[in-house]
Amino acid sequence: MSHAEDHEGTRRDFLYYVAGGAGVVATGAAVWPLVNQMNPSADVQALSSIRQDVSGVEPGTQLTVKWLGKPVFIRHRTGAEIQEAQEQDAEGVDALPDPLARNLNLNADAPATDANRVIPSPEGEAAGAWIVQMGVCTHLGCVPLGDAGDFGGWFCPCHGSHYDLAGRIRKGPAPENLPIPPVEWVDDSTIKLG
Amino acid sequence: MSGIPHDHYEPKTDGEKWLDSRLPIVGLVYNTIMIPTPKNLNWWWIWGIVLAFCLALQIVTGIVLVMHYTPHVDLAFASIEHIMRNVNGGYMLRYIHMNGASLFFVAVYIHIFRGLFYGSYKAPREITWIIGMLIYLMMMGTAFMGYVLPWGQMSFWGATVITGLFGAIPFVGEAIQIWLLGGPAVDNATLNRFFSLHYLLPFVIAALVIVHIWAFHTTGNNNPTGVEVRRTSKADAEKDTLPFWPYFVIKDLFALAVILVVFWAIVGYMPNYLGHPDNYIEANPLVTPAHIVPEWYFLPFYAILRAFTGEVWVVQFASFITGGIVDAKFFGVIAMFGAILAMALAPWLDTSHVRSGKYRPMFKWWFYLLIVDFFALMWLGAMPAEEPYATFSLIASAYWFAYFFVILPILGVIEKPQVPPETIEEDFNAHYGKANADATPAE
Repeated sequence: MSHAEDHEGTRRDFLYYVAGGAGVVATGAAVWPLVNQMNPSADVQALSSIRQDVSGVEPGTQLTVKWLGKPVFIRHRTGAEIQEAQEQDAEGVDALPDPLARNLNLNADAPATDANRVIPSPEGEAAGAWIVQMGVCTHLGCVPLGDAGDFGGWFCPCHGSHYDLAGRIRKGPAPENLPIPPVEWVDDSTIKLG
Repeated sequence: MSGIPHDHYEPKTDGEKWLDSRLPIVGLVYNTIMIPTPKNLNWWWIWGIVLAFCLALQIVTGIVLVMHYTPHVDLAFASIEHIMRNVNGGYMLRYIHMNGASLFFVAVYIHIFRGLFYGSYKAPREITWIIGMLIYLMMMGTAFMGYVLPWGQMSFWGATVITGLFGAIPFVGEAIQIWLLGGPAVDNATLNRFFSLHYLLPFVIAALVIVHIWAFHTTGNNNPTGVEVRRTSKADAEKDTLPFWPYFVIKDLFALAVILVVFWAIVGYMPNYLGHPDNYIEANPLVTPAHIVPEWYFLPFYAILRAFTGEVWVVQFASFITGGIVDAKFFGVIAMFGAILAMALAPWLDTSHVRSGKYRPMFKWWFYLLIVDFFALMWLGAMPAEEPYATFSLIASAYWFAYFFVILPILGVIEKPQVPPETIEEDFNAHYGKANADATPAE
């Protein structure tokens, strides 16, 4: 480049800049495909939305499905479970470790009431019968166990986080409630995730 | 190549001259092998050869294992069992490769702590030290990705936790994590790219090893006194040194043989001692093992990662001044990489003008405490994240940083070091007597 300093503002300078700039652009254009190939491929992206038949999930049981490579808990709650979860509401959401609903179907600042944690019930079922949440502990990503823990909901065996029947963190190191993915009913017995 | 004055290769026959004028490769090998080496090197200087052996061992066993391994989520675990049961001698090759990684890390840790004690990182050997740290980082990356390949439970969940570290980076973390994994979670795309990189990185390490050797062949080896070889003349240099071949090669190979006795005993009699039983259960994204533990060689830094929880005031302070951008999770990630960076910065943090720890009465004790600290962190990394281990981890992590960022800079100012010997020859004669010194080079 020392030649360039000898001629101020000459055509040679211009050529240096043009050649250098073209080199940078060409290098970037060559590197980008090598970087971009590591992003999720089309078939992986195609699985970003799945449908799940839940007609076989009896009240009081839970189905775990894999969505986006992670477990999703689909729980059909009994009347007693709904009641217990709603009673826990009465203590007030502000007293919870995480007072937010963490429900992607609602606003980010929605409070963590039981009504905000469940999905709308299909016709003929009690409100709050279905709860769908990511089965990934918000502490370090372990998979919590169902029907376990001090609050009757989920319990993470890795570091002892207890979640209640609405998937809200109650005790232990986890900072947030179990997240609720985008979910909707396609018909009376099929749930769409994503 | 500048360096210690010594005899260079002279082509003698016509054939040698013909080759030398076209490709001076014989001279390059000769000068590398016959490099003048301080004659007072002690047994802590044998680990370089052990490391070179480990790299070769891992590359050779790795290449043949790939001939039988299948990098696919449905087949990887089964192909490992195929290696263990059906491939001729496959179980032995795999056990050597598994335990070879452990030997590699034993050697690299001793090699690093030797450098830290004898001041091998100090001027003019900073580049050698930095290249060494890069090699160490690449070793960790290679070992981590290699551990994912068998696609056992610990492979899968270890990969999930460690790639989750990148997710802790503010703003872009999630995008980086998805990019690294090739999807929203550890899956086939992840396994494939880890396989590719696990095959690639050892060759990058091999290239860096050449640069590492090139750098310290330029500056000359450090030695237990930290006193430089005299370069005033070839005769002076020869009083301080012996050629690498045969003197040090034979010594190093003897040490390697002793080490390999222990290594073969482990490979033969307790090949799974250093592994985790959970990794013989096939990976299942829907079930987490109760206790996710990394391999032993990652434990000290894993302990540092976990030590900085939200209750620690340093973490709260960092979160406060950054407006919440640096949370506890990200702080832990910074601390873990910072612990390695601290080692890399040692050449500039150590203010003492005396190179070797042998002549630094105060430094010695802080250094020994660092060794204890390293083992304490290793133990704590394997313990569950609860009291009293959490507090111990915090104290041990704090000492690690204090050693590099507080103790090394201050010691150089307040310590009164002893006087090292004038020359390496003097040190050698004090040790072995004058008569021996005269006898040895003459053979």
